[in-house]
Amino acid sequence: MDYVPNTDKDIASMLRTLGMDSIEECFEHIPKGLRLDGPLALEDGLDELRLVRRMRAMSERNADDCSSFLGGGAYRHFIPSVVTHLAGREEFYTAYTPYQPEISQGTLQSIYEYQTLMCMLTGMDASNASVYDGATAAAEATLMAQRVTKRNRVLVSRTVNPEYRAVIKTYAEAGSREVAEVPFNERGTTDPGALSSLVDDGTACVVLQSPNYFGLIEEPGLYEKAVHGSGALLVGSFSEPLAFGMIRPPGDYGADIAAGEGQSLGMGPGYGGPFLGILGCSSRFVRNLPGRIVGKTVDMEGRTAFVLTLTAREQHIRREHSTSNICTNQGLCALTAAVYLSALGADGLRQVAALNHDRAEYARKKIQEIRGAELAFDGPVFNEFTIRVPGDLHGLYERCLEERIIPGIPLENRYGELGDCMLVTVTEMNSLEGIDTFCGVLGKILS
Amino acid sequence: MHEKIGIPNLAIDEPLIFELGNSGRHSVDFEKTVLSPGSGDIPASALRSDFDGFPEVSQVELVRHFIRLSQYNYSVDTGFYPLGSCTMKYNPRVNEDMAGLAGFASAHPEQPATFCQGALELMHRLQRCLAEITGMDRVTLQPAAGAHGELTGMMMIRAFFRDRGETRSKVLIPDTAHGTNPASVAMCGFSAVPVSSGPKGYLETGDVLELMDEDTAAIMITNPNTLGIFERNIADIADAVHDKGGFVYCDGANLNALMGIVRFGDIGCDLMHMNLHKTFSTPHGGGGPGAGPLAVKEVLAPYLPVPLISRTEDTYNLDYDLPKSIGKVRSFYGNFLICVRAYAYILALGGSGLRRVSENAVLNANYLRKKLEEDYHLPVKTETLHECVFTDRKQHGYGVSTLDIAKRLIDYGYHPPTIYFPLVVSGALMVEPTETESLQTLDRFVDAMHAIAREAREKPDLLKNAPGLSKITRVDEVAAARKPVLRWIKQEAVNGE
Repeated sequence: MDYVPNTDKDIASMLRTLGMDSIEECFEHIPKGLRLDGPLALEDGLDELRLVRRMRAMSERNADDCSSFLGGGAYRHFIPSVVTHLAGREEFYTAYTPYQPEISQGTLQSIYEYQTLMCMLTGMDASNASVYDGATAAAEATLMAQRVTKRNRVLVSRTVNPEYRAVIKTYAEAGSREVAEVPFNERGTTDPGALSSLVDDGTACVVLQSPNYFGLIEEPGLYEKAVHGSGALLVGSFSEPLAFGMIRPPGDYGADIAAGEGQSLGMGPGYGGPFLGILGCSSRFVRNLPGRIVGKTVDMEGRTAFVLTLTAREQHIRREHSTSNICTNQGLCALTAAVYLSALGADGLRQVAALNHDRAEYARKKIQEIRGAELAFDGPVFNEFTIRVPGDLHGLYERCLEERIIPGIPLENRYGELGDCMLVTVTEMNSLEGIDTFCGVLGKILS
Repeated sequence: MHEKIGIPNLAIDEPLIFELGNSGRHSVDFEKTVLSPGSGDIPASALRSDFDGFPEVSQVELVRHFIRLSQYNYSVDTGFYPLGSCTMKYNPRVNEDMAGLAGFASAHPEQPATFCQGALELMHRLQRCLAEITGMDRVTLQPAAGAHGELTGMMMIRAFFRDRGETRSKVLIPDTAHGTNPASVAMCGFSAVPVSSGPKGYLETGDVLELMDEDTAAIMITNPNTLGIFERNIADIADAVHDKGGFVYCDGANLNALMGIVRFGDIGCDLMHMNLHKTFSTPHGGGGPGAGPLAVKEVLAPYLPVPLISRTEDTYNLDYDLPKSIGKVRSFYGNFLICVRAYAYILALGGSGLRRVSENAVLNANYLRKKLEEDYHLPVKTETLHECVFTDRKQHGYGVSTLDIAKRLIDYGYHPPTIYFPLVVSGALMVEPTETESLQTLDRFVDAMHAIAREAREKPDLLKNAPGLSKITRVDEVAAARKPVLRWIKQEAVNGE
């Protein structure tokens, strides 16, 4: 199936108009030595029935029947049907970027609503229309901070998601900029003393994450003075936005830029993408935000209208002097987030956050009662926490898999000093029975 | 003489979601928490108290709101988008269903490899297909968009030279390049050095030879370029660049013209990104998500982002063992569900199908070129492939510009072509029909363009005041930028903004 409507008759008619005998003549001006002289080595095209069978078989080689306690930057949440249906409107997903506002008010208004909802969720003054994911949002935030402060050095807490730190480093390396890490203390949160001594008048920004990668809620109040005192910007990153249905968001704790992941807002984990990079800031930095932004205006008849604005920041206008090279962003994912949050409202957001937290607390308390397992860190968490298994964590992990339970993310490859630790995530998708079974299995293996 | 297909049709004027509903309404419900209400162990100082302004709408209000908004949009499913360099082809429905299969949509990226062999296999096979189509050796699916692919490629080039103790500072970029090219280059600390296209609309080898030196890391070429013209000197240009130790980067945005006809790896290109949301039919989504896989020659393989998708016999794995890797350019492995759609598309087409796609894309574009060139000025007479560029020169005398022509097309029921790009053509109108448009659609489009050309001569005001049939007329972009209003704010909270 090639989705080409024109039949041989149509093609013949068009060739006559062009005075050509065959389609090959359209390519004759390309030097013969540059043209392929044989077919591509790809199998023949499949009809739809065989295509569906092939793809379905491949999808079934991914286990989706497990009891999962996975998180760490991607989360399993319930997606109400209404969200999938509305984000599945063809007029939204087959539409182009809204460069012609007269025929794109659907996209433009829904993104304006998305921007507003992101401001409400993160507590920031302004938001853009999205970037690729939480990791690139954090990287773009550091580039923003460097532009605004005209300083080169970036400090990142080690409690920030390791994927985000890796991307910040890759972007910084490309621009010959310096990144230094702030250690965490025995409580599993950013070490305030270390931060104070590392931040200086060459620091563009400090990147913190709360809840952090270990699931712990940090106390940004401890760091805010040190950061701002030296003239650096505070970047508040996050990977689980539903946490802000319960705990204080970046805008509330003094962040100048909020950069994080929006996947939890109505999208499945999708094996890692497409995700949603949320990027917001204080109003005084708006002209330094990368990516598209929708603004409100009027048309020639005075009607309210929405339009892409502040385009002088972007690549199609400023080219090598733009704030970023980003063009295509995550438009449909932003729409999905807007629909999800509108469907939940404040009450729904509070409820789902409460469910997440309660399930996590339930699991955390039960695991603490198991001999052979302990909490790695004590402090308050939202829906993720880190446990330590001093015995054979690797063996425990494999035995859980045999019971079709994915118990969490072992941390040995990400934090060498936490080789006997595992990140466990519990959401509203984990039933109490499922958690009981999980703890029963853990207890059996560790006894 | 066809009648206009743009007609007025009643639509409800929809307020913002925040202006709808009423206190206490909700669209979805959740189980009440059984355990201690929420947050006893979290200190009060960490708890959030302000939830002001979030929408409170019932499910029926929610649905009507977004359905009505959707109806304000033009989309590929509603009509033709002759948008040059965007490849707005039809988005096959079956691809959407395949991306929705539970095993794909619910797969968590941290699942152990044994539990996601299907996802890893799909990515590995897609990589092999893309390598075959482009004639390259290795592919990464990590980049989330074309510009992201460009950035990844530039980072790898930079790493290559640093590995050899060289610091090259320049990248050659043709004047027809998309804005993301110089922007991506700048993000890696290179300066963009412009190369002018020759009088026939393609690069002349001599011009490149003059600029190419040992301080130049690469040339970034789009082929065919944004005039729709094949860069016929590509082989000699590649030699000139390679002779001085540089790389040839190909921006694959226009790949729809050449699948199965030219393979970039065979003609001197070293790296190439593709846009899955253009050539490979994944939907544009109103501005994403897309995907921009990058294909490279083996010499650059050590610098690829990690993880690699590796295969041993029938088992697939994520491989992080690549000491010289540039690291990661995003979290996890790529826009996987977009890759699922593109892979389904490639499976449906097969090798000969992909070639037919390009043949028909080029035929359709050449047909439009022939039918439009009497009414609209074609600045360059060189052969074009899947797109071509006109100007408003024939309409100038009537006080009508490219913008006016574009806006009047909206009243005829079409999305305008790409306008004012490439920058080398003043008043550019870039038309790319793609292969999924029928002869009838093309003929009706030609009729509309013909009618507009006549209106330009006889009643130019119709164009200058266009569009008149869309939900809104032209907007005040200057006011939007001068006093930006980027979010709704609850009325009581406004204190003299």
